[in-house]
Amino acid sequence: MTTLLALPYWQETGIKLGLALVVIPTTSLILVYLFLFKMMAFMQSRLGPNDTGPYGTLQLIAEAIKFLQKEDIHPAQADRRVFRMAPVVVLASTFLLYVVLPAGPDAVVEDLDTGVFYAMAVSSLSVLGILMAGWASANKYALLGGLRAAGQLIAYELPLILAVMGVVIQAETLNLQGIVEAQATGEIFGFGGIGNPFILTQFLAFLIFMIAAQAELTQTPFDMPVAETELVGGFHVEYTGFRFLLFFMAEFGTAFAFSALASVMFLGGWWIPGFDVDDNILNVLGPGVMLAKILLVAFFIFWVRFTYPRLREDQLQKFAWKVLIPLALANIVLTGIFKVVF
Amino acid sequence: MTATSDREQMAYVSSQAADARVNVELDTGDMTLNIGPQHPATHGTLRLACRLDGEQVVVAEPIMGYMHRGYEKLCEVRTYPQCTTLINRIDWLGSFANEVPFILAAERLMEVEAPPRAQWIRTILFELSRVANLALFLGDMGVQIGALTPVFFAFRDRERVLNQIEEVTGGRFHPNFDRIGGLKDDIPKGWVEETRSVMVKMRTFCDEMEDLLVGNEIFQARCRGVGVIPPEVALGYGLSGANLRASGVDWDLRRDANPGLAWDQVDWRVWTHPDGDSFARYWVRLQETREATHIVDQLLDGIPSGPIMAKVPRIIKVPAGEAYLSTENPLGEMGYYIVSKGDLGPFRVKIRTPSFNNISIVPWVMKGVYVPDVITILGSLYFILGDIDR
Repeated sequence: MTTLLALPYWQETGIKLGLALVVIPTTSLILVYLFLFKMMAFMQSRLGPNDTGPYGTLQLIAEAIKFLQKEDIHPAQADRRVFRMAPVVVLASTFLLYVVLPAGPDAVVEDLDTGVFYAMAVSSLSVLGILMAGWASANKYALLGGLRAAGQLIAYELPLILAVMGVVIQAETLNLQGIVEAQATGEIFGFGGIGNPFILTQFLAFLIFMIAAQAELTQTPFDMPVAETELVGGFHVEYTGFRFLLFFMAEFGTAFAFSALASVMFLGGWWIPGFDVDDNILNVLGPGVMLAKILLVAFFIFWVRFTYPRLREDQLQKFAWKVLIPLALANIVLTGIFKVVF
Repeated sequence: MTATSDREQMAYVSSQAADARVNVELDTGDMTLNIGPQHPATHGTLRLACRLDGEQVVVAEPIMGYMHRGYEKLCEVRTYPQCTTLINRIDWLGSFANEVPFILAAERLMEVEAPPRAQWIRTILFELSRVANLALFLGDMGVQIGALTPVFFAFRDRERVLNQIEEVTGGRFHPNFDRIGGLKDDIPKGWVEETRSVMVKMRTFCDEMEDLLVGNEIFQARCRGVGVIPPEVALGYGLSGANLRASGVDWDLRRDANPGLAWDQVDWRVWTHPDGDSFARYWVRLQETREATHIVDQLLDGIPSGPIMAKVPRIIKVPAGEAYLSTENPLGEMGYYIVSKGDLGPFRVKIRTPSFNNISIVPWVMKGVYVPDVITILGSLYFILGDIDR
């Protein structure tokens, strides 16, 4: 691959750092505005925010300022250090996820050879933060929420990874850029006109990935850890102000990152299907293409979130262990057979 | 004691101690979780003191009285027409229905009968408040189970019914419209047609709920077999209304003990469900909402002409005596026991509210369920705090 810019290491790092600090809050804000504010309001026949700024876009800033103004309350019995650290750990897991997400042939923070492996490993870090928050809050609801989150995220980590395995086998690489390349140059039974977006050949894996991601993100129907109507917020029930904002940003930032992972692995990432575009142009167009695909995936995540009721914890575990994992294993076997035969 | 037995004893003691240690380490102990008084699932200020083993409920005890407003006592220092402003606020979602049994009981004591037109309009408003009340339940049950959208549809469509009630009575929530001997006013012009179109919309709303919740697999998984109440237990605890009918007991005061309203003039049926679980309670209420819209449609067709007020004295004095009268309110059997000593106001009023009895089954039905099911059961029993505490 040709590099567009050749910069000294420290300049490159500086640009990446600045971008990360801008991009991650922005992406979660995009999701909050588009889906949580506007789409949810539309689906529920409400207006949604429409007064602050054009189409209510400034509502986000108002919300952020509101959170910053709030008093930072610690419960008297709380384990203060752990309590303060928890949201940072959760947000750190989100930040680390962004490291490997490619937005163009060269537009990636760090092109790791084991990108998929890294993403899966880092995303499960957030469980730690949630468990810390649940335990340190010294609140029974928070404790129940934290334990539920731990049980749920561990159960859904497995189908998530197994679903990704199918993609990895087909692409023959763990590198996310490599997976995009494989889709761009791939052929479906000899027909390569639109390349091979893995959603076509790995549709089962895509479904499993989306369901497991829904559970990872603790979105309805798998939102028992937060469950407003029973646990009144679950693990973040005691958090206020800025610390709550960190949880909130992490939730939507991770939703964005998982949509990005799904669009890289199943929809071809920054690559435009059917067009053979030069790498340098793709570096410019890529982020836009990627964003469109991410929003498409995120739309499905939030669509399900606003429509379905919540499962019970035991039903969720049953679903993970008895349905998703066997299906994911079957998918791996099928992919392996096809890989050997063709 | 010999040395051998000493050793044996030591061995015995240490083995016991080891067992005890294991038991202590494995025993997680019970945790007391207070659900409420400030909890979104309690519709106000009900408190459930639950002893949990893990996430399983060992004992759940409802503690009420956080919203006690003393209506029975307050009624004693008011005249009969003034009482209706108070009792409007018992079940605040179906408020017109609260007034009717009180007024009917007072009418029975005074031996006055409202003219047929007043009876029909009373029945229509009664059924409209039933639709408004149950519509909110149909959406709210979704929120209890985690689906946010249905409740917004419920609020949207319930508003249409409230508008109709407001057009007649002037009050959305607290009409205060029923009078001893009839009604305050006649219905406005054009109201019948409007109400008919609203009833069509409410039936669409019921279809929507059927699509969104009843047909949803997750909803069924969460509700079926949760909180099963067998008919004999339901009767034993004095359950009434849809909670009783969902246990398969065919019992409806509108049909069985009609106090003179127009229900016997129209064609309708009582819905029951044999299962007795949370799903059955939801399903029965869904059917009842539909049935109520049909009742309203039929009643609108045949409103008789005539006066809306019987001849009653300007200052109402109820002759001495006692009367108990109950009707089938949206939540169940609601009755007033009025003792009169011939004064301007009642000497004593006992209010039998459905939610108070319906909630009494909570300790029985919540043994051994999981915390999420507690919310499902609470939601499906459908109580209103004002109706429990008065």
